Amino acid sequence: MQRQNSFKYESQRLASWYFTVAVILFGAQLLLGLVAAVQFIYPSFLYDVLDFSVARMIHINALVVWMVYAIIGSVYYLLPEETGIETVGIGIAKILFWVLTIAVAIVVLVFLFIQIGPAKTSTIWFINEGREYLEAPRWADIGIVVVVVGFVVNTFLTAIKGRRTGVITVILADLIALAGLYLAGMFYTDNIAMDQYWWWWVIHLWVEATWEVLVGAFAAYALIKIVGAKRQIVEMWLWIEVAMLFGSGILGLGHHYFWIGTPEYWWEIGALFSSLEPVPLIGMFVHVLYDWGKDKGERMGEGEEDVTSNNTPALVWLVINGFGNFLGAGVWGFFHTLPQVNIYTHGTQFTAAHGHLAFFGAYATILIAMFYMAIQGKNGIKKLRATFASKMAIFLLSFGMLGMTVALTIAGYEQVMIERAQLGGTWSAYFVAQNEVWMAQAMDWRFFMGIVMTIGFIYLVKDLWTIGRNPQNVY
Amino acid sequence: MSKRKVSVWTDNRFWQRSAAWVTGVAAVLLIWLTFDTMGQIRMGNQKDIDAHIDKRVPSPTVINYKIGYKMNAKRGLEVPTIGGSDANGNSLFTVKQKFFGRDNYTQKEADALVNLGKLGEQSKNCMDCHTLLGNGGYYAPDLTKAWLDPAWGKNGPMQAITGTHSRAEAMATFLQHPGRYPMHARRMPNLHITAREAKGLVAFLKQMATIDTNGFPRGFGKIKEANYAETK
Ligand code: HEC
Ligand code: HEM
Ligand code: HEM
Ligand SMILES: [Fe+2]
Repeated sequence: MQRQNSFKYESQRLASWYFTVAVILFGAQLLLGLVAAVQFIYPSFLYDVLDFSVARMIHINALVVWMVYAIIGSVYYLLPEETGIETVGIGIAKILFWVLTIAVAIVVLVFLFIQIGPAKTSTIWFINEGREYLEAPRWADIGIVVVVVGFVVNTFLTAIKGRRTGVITVILADLIALAGLYLAGMFYTDNIAMDQYWWWWVIHLWVEATWEVLVGAFAAYALIKIVGAKRQIVEMWLWIEVAMLFGSGILGLGHHYFWIGTPEYWWEIGALFSSLEPVPLIGMFVHVLYDWGKDKGERMGEGEEDVTSNNTPALVWLVINGFGNFLGAGVWGFFHTLPQVNIYTHGTQFTAAHGHLAFFGAYATILIAMFYMAIQGKNGIKKLRATFASKMAIFLLSFGMLGMTVALTIAGYEQVMIERAQLGGTWSAYFVAQNEVWMAQAMDWRFFMGIVMTIGFIYLVKDLWTIGRNPQNVY
Repeated sequence: MSKRKVSVWTDNRFWQRSAAWVTGVAAVLLIWLTFDTMGQIRMGNQKDIDAHIDKRVPSPTVINYKIGYKMNAKRGLEVPTIGGSDANGNSLFTVKQKFFGRDNYTQKEADALVNLGKLGEQSKNCMDCHTLLGNGGYYAPDLTKAWLDPAWGKNGPMQAITGTHSRAEAMATFLQHPGRYPMHARRMPNLHITAREAKGLVAFLKQMATIDTNGFPRGFGKIKEANYAETK
């Protein structure tokens, strides 16, 4: 650990702490995903010890938390470069990092060892809130809000003191919305329809609005850095993306209000606006390819010899992001977003197929690209080349996720046809579909693809650990 | 760049303002719709039932009534029915059904039971295995209409297996010791649910089954031949 680092700012060093925890939690996510996947195949595995609900809860919470860590890290990383100054209140920012990390560690331990509690308000406050993705107990919610408010204030003060670029303006406005939305998930009600109504405000308005805008902003920053795209143009695209993402995503929320007790008018609103959601995702993909190609062409035209990007692994992950976002969120999302289809696919393995490819394609990929940017910055590398391990990580993670999605899509299809369409969705209908050979095979394939991804992840960790130190990869 | 005449379409200020406007308008619409929806999904009370008013989320006192899930002629989809139904699938609000031996739970008692059930649902994390209203985990059956599942009825296997004589008692017995009544290799684990908590959970499940979900799940329990095909 005694190597020198070339970070120009303390803010970037703090970013590398956030990234480190993010990678650890990513590993935990995969591990618990594998446990849950095994339980589909051998249901007695860890029965009454670490039940499926616990494995799944940690799987999806580790997912959200590692992504939040990586997002905060990315902002602390690019903030000083965009504004031209050190982050204001960096000392407090570091303390907040430790507060958050200790809180997360406690929550994970409670989830692992205490798991559930009696049917009392105290359980919701101290053990488990029991609402998918928002299981973190209330005390931790409050802690998270305090830390995030601190983070937003740091960002805000830095932005008004330093240079205020379009990228920073977008990020700042978006972070405020993102933090505010979390509050919608922090109350108790005995009305399950009301509960689900506000729950989706957090889940949907995060992943299909505010997080997508962050992706746009990170991609803009990365394109400027990696391929030298022109800020003026990139920021114009960014504003257009914001308009399209929020214009479709905010009312697209309606696609979760078809069947939870909410009025029928959400059928039309949800169908219309969520169908438009893939449009900006196509735009973002085209944008990445266009800027990359155009810039390369321009520099070739100017007679430049070496027209490659200055960070190959980051660029490749960025391109996968463009495509994966479009495929996982846009295409797989559109598959089931019309009420006519969703009445059958709602809450089946089909949803799981979409959830996996969308989270991976839209977020995991770009955040991994940001990890590579930080490696480059940390080691002061002019040009970072992909290693064998970089390529294996890219291939195994992406291929594994695609394979898993295909398996789950087939499982979903079978479940929709047999449990829902044919047998009417009862307890026994559910198990007839679960015990079909197509479902069983799909569950085996999902597990196998999970192993493939885990190997890819090991390559990724190895690469992140070593790529910056090996002069061979650097030129 | 600056010397060339800039078209509005490539002007960043223009797009920035457009983004702000689009976002603002969408947000205002969403908030407006939210107010309307909140009014429609607020939980009802016994007065609505007495006045024969359909609520999207009915009063917890529905636990005193027989409930069903019928094709509604006017809506063109399946709608929960409370206290029996007419030929068009409209609720009659009259036919009662005993819930743990009683059909006279007061508003206060029923509210407390459903609240206990909801707290139990969250504390035991049912939603990371089951879906409720279609949201949650996909490891176990959807519970939206579990109360109405034929398996718990007179002709289903569960009352006999648990040695009980009503849906409510069968469910409560199962929930307290799911490991004792495995129906499939994939069992539900023991979640340390007490008798009191089980009663609350069953009240919660029964009330949830009366929520008007716009016809989801479609055709629930309608295919009689299929229901026990696999338990034979
Ligand atoms: C670890 C996963 C898990 C958790 C947590 C869980 N269940 Fe289950 N549950 C199952 C499985 C699996 C079955 C199917 C059992 C069988 O068929 O043998 C089941 C069956 C049921 C059934 C019967 C199915 C039906 O459609 O009527 C009900 C009711 C039920 N669970 C309610 C609950 C409630 C209420 C909770 C929370 C207090 C809960 N479950 C928590 C896994 C779980
Ligand atoms: C990056 C963006 C996206 C991510 C990360 C994402 C993720 C998810 C996840 C995890 C769920 C399951 C939630 C649950 O656990 O219940 C879900 C549900 C859903 N998503 Fe997305 N999504 C994205 C974009 C989209 C888009 C663009 C569309 C539509 C065009 C879409 C349509 C849907 C629908 C209809 C559901 C409900 C599925 C059901 O009824 O069970 N999603 N999404
Ligand atoms: C080793 C690889 C992985 C395995 C074996 C795995 C397995 C699983 C399993 C078994 C579930 C529960 C599904 C259910 O309820 O039936 C699940 C849920 C989920 N996983 Fe994974 N997973 C893996 C990797 C990932 C990755 C990399 C992501 C995102 C980047 C992810 C995102 C999710 C999400 C969002 C859900 C909730 C889906 C929903 O509610 O629709 N998983 N996973
Ligand atoms: Fe959504």
